[in-house]
Amino acid sequence: MTNASSTTAAAAAAQATVVAPLRSRGYWATVWLRLRRDKVSMGCAGLLLGLMLMALLAPWLAPHDPAQGVMSQRLAPIGTPGHWLGTDELGRDMLSRLMHGGRMSLVMGLLPVFIAFVVGTGLGVVAGFFGGWLNSVIMRTTDVFFAFPAVLLAIAISGALGAGFANAIISLTLVFIPPIARVAESITTSVRNLDFVDAARATGAGAFTLIRVHVLGNVLGPVFIYATSLVSVCMILAAGLSFLGLGVKPPVPEWGLMLNTLRQSIYLQPWVSVLPGLMIFITSLCFNLLSDGLRSAMDIKR
Amino acid sequence: MNTPTPSAPLLQVLDLKKHFPAGRDFFGRPRQWVRAVEGVSFDVHRGRTLGIVGESGCGKSTTARLLMHLIEPDEGRIRIRGQAFGHGVGRHPLTALRKHMQMVFQDSYASLNPRLTIEDSIAFGPQIHGVAANAARALARDLLDRVGLKPDVFIRRYPHELSGGQRQRVNIARALAIRPEIVILDEAVSALDKSVQAQVLNLLAELKREFDLTYLFISHDLNVVQYVSDEVMVMYLGQVVESGPVAELYSRPLHPYTRALLESVPAQTPGERRQHAVLEGDPPNPIAPPAGCRFHPRCPHAEPVCAQQVPALRRVTGQQVAACHRLQPDSGYSRVITFEELPA
Repeated sequence: MTNASSTTAAAAAAQATVVAPLRSRGYWATVWLRLRRDKVSMGCAGLLLGLMLMALLAPWLAPHDPAQGVMSQRLAPIGTPGHWLGTDELGRDMLSRLMHGGRMSLVMGLLPVFIAFVVGTGLGVVAGFFGGWLNSVIMRTTDVFFAFPAVLLAIAISGALGAGFANAIISLTLVFIPPIARVAESITTSVRNLDFVDAARATGAGAFTLIRVHVLGNVLGPVFIYATSLVSVCMILAAGLSFLGLGVKPPVPEWGLMLNTLRQSIYLQPWVSVLPGLMIFITSLCFNLLSDGLRSAMDIKR
Repeated sequence: MNTPTPSAPLLQVLDLKKHFPAGRDFFGRPRQWVRAVEGVSFDVHRGRTLGIVGESGCGKSTTARLLMHLIEPDEGRIRIRGQAFGHGVGRHPLTALRKHMQMVFQDSYASLNPRLTIEDSIAFGPQIHGVAANAARALARDLLDRVGLKPDVFIRRYPHELSGGQRQRVNIARALAIRPEIVILDEAVSALDKSVQAQVLNLLAELKREFDLTYLFISHDLNVVQYVSDEVMVMYLGQVVESGPVAELYSRPLHPYTRALLESVPAQTPGERRQHAVLEGDPPNPIAPPAGCRFHPRCPHAEPVCAQQVPALRRVTGQQVAACHRLQPDSGYSRVITFEELPA
């Protein structure tokens, strides 16, 4: 009896020493942990989150109507009571306009890159995975877009389609699809030739399953990093389009457009005129730094 | 319809060929062809192990990938239990082929998806063949246990958290997950430490008995091949130069190339060690292989006929076959010798 109980006790002890079912951290959990330790990235992420909340809640947070100007209070300097960030050339409250302007600017910075990320990754993965003539058709078509500088291309497409918010989004999306497709294609080509894809193919899996299970998981990460680094470029291009009058139309507040209209007042009220540019600068810098941090967090050495 | 007779081979490979394009001209037409595999034929019987040996670049691995149809063969037939497989045969010929035959690769790390857990990697194959996700996961646990890895400890891990030997065990489990009859082991233990290699070889022997497997064991390590194989096939520049039962082939090799290959294995006793390489030079370029016998530029017994006529693969003695003019009386070789005259 004692013998039996001692063996069970020993077995229990052995059980206890064996590591409990080890659930190892997944890849993305590890990336998140590494990113959280990166102070610069977290600071940028916080700032961006704040900017997005500000833009989202602008109708409730803004002290004034962004479209309502008071002609007697045109170009008030920063620090004017009631208009802490001054007023623009039509006497509209700058703080309210910057808050509302963030909505358009952020949407115009993020939406084209997001659409281009989806479409470009799709094209690149298909081209890279199947190779052959399909690859040639897709990649040579994107090469045509590379013949033009990004700014020129955005202006040309926008100009051809006509001014307006939707057309600006379309033209910016078209500008960003080729570079994303090219990055996705090159990563897919290198992943496709790894043994684990062959091993999966050898089990009899079809092309769609191979892409979904084995290719996308290894391609999306790096392409995502690349896409986040394009957000700042896109914001600046969007601001440029609005500046040229090809983006959003005047009464609507948008940072690029505000920069354009305040340009004439730069000698009268330089600090107020510079504010929309400062917002663009801070936002795109944050996106760039965050993308950099994400890149190093995802670069896990083995 | 095709009732397998006991003597019928499980796997029959007939005249497998693959030429890769090398360099293309302005119009995209291949300028030259690398003759990677040039008419390879062999049979493997159920429950046996066929060892395939040869220098790097002799077409061993290409042959393996052609068998799995990971590379499409230019020519050739593959039959399992007398039934033909491959493109253009039947309705789902490739899926069926892949249920019969699986492969373990040399690079244990590259052959596991770094983003999938061990469980997901092993359970992937069965799910492709219609096993429900839960059943596939249970199967993964069983197999992991079977290859000597504690399921509780390893099932949720990622490939980079495992050692080379552990990863190769996972790869074996992955290959076995869809219950194949034939497993191709392409340099499967070559990258492992000697001690780990021995463990994995023992595991392979156990699994072979338990699951009634047939192995194609591809390696450049002659000692390992001698240890695991029942039959051995020697390849040179995309062709089979000799094959036969392992004991006979190792004790009395027929082809001068096999002889040189076996002599190049380092001796265990210091006094017997040679100071000079047995085989001079590198294998010739497979884009422009030598005419006649492909081995003749490096062969110590070469005669003019060797440069003119391609020697056929013929039975010399017992089950030993070789492609060498020197052993074939009607070949036109001046100093033909018989099997008995060959030094052991």
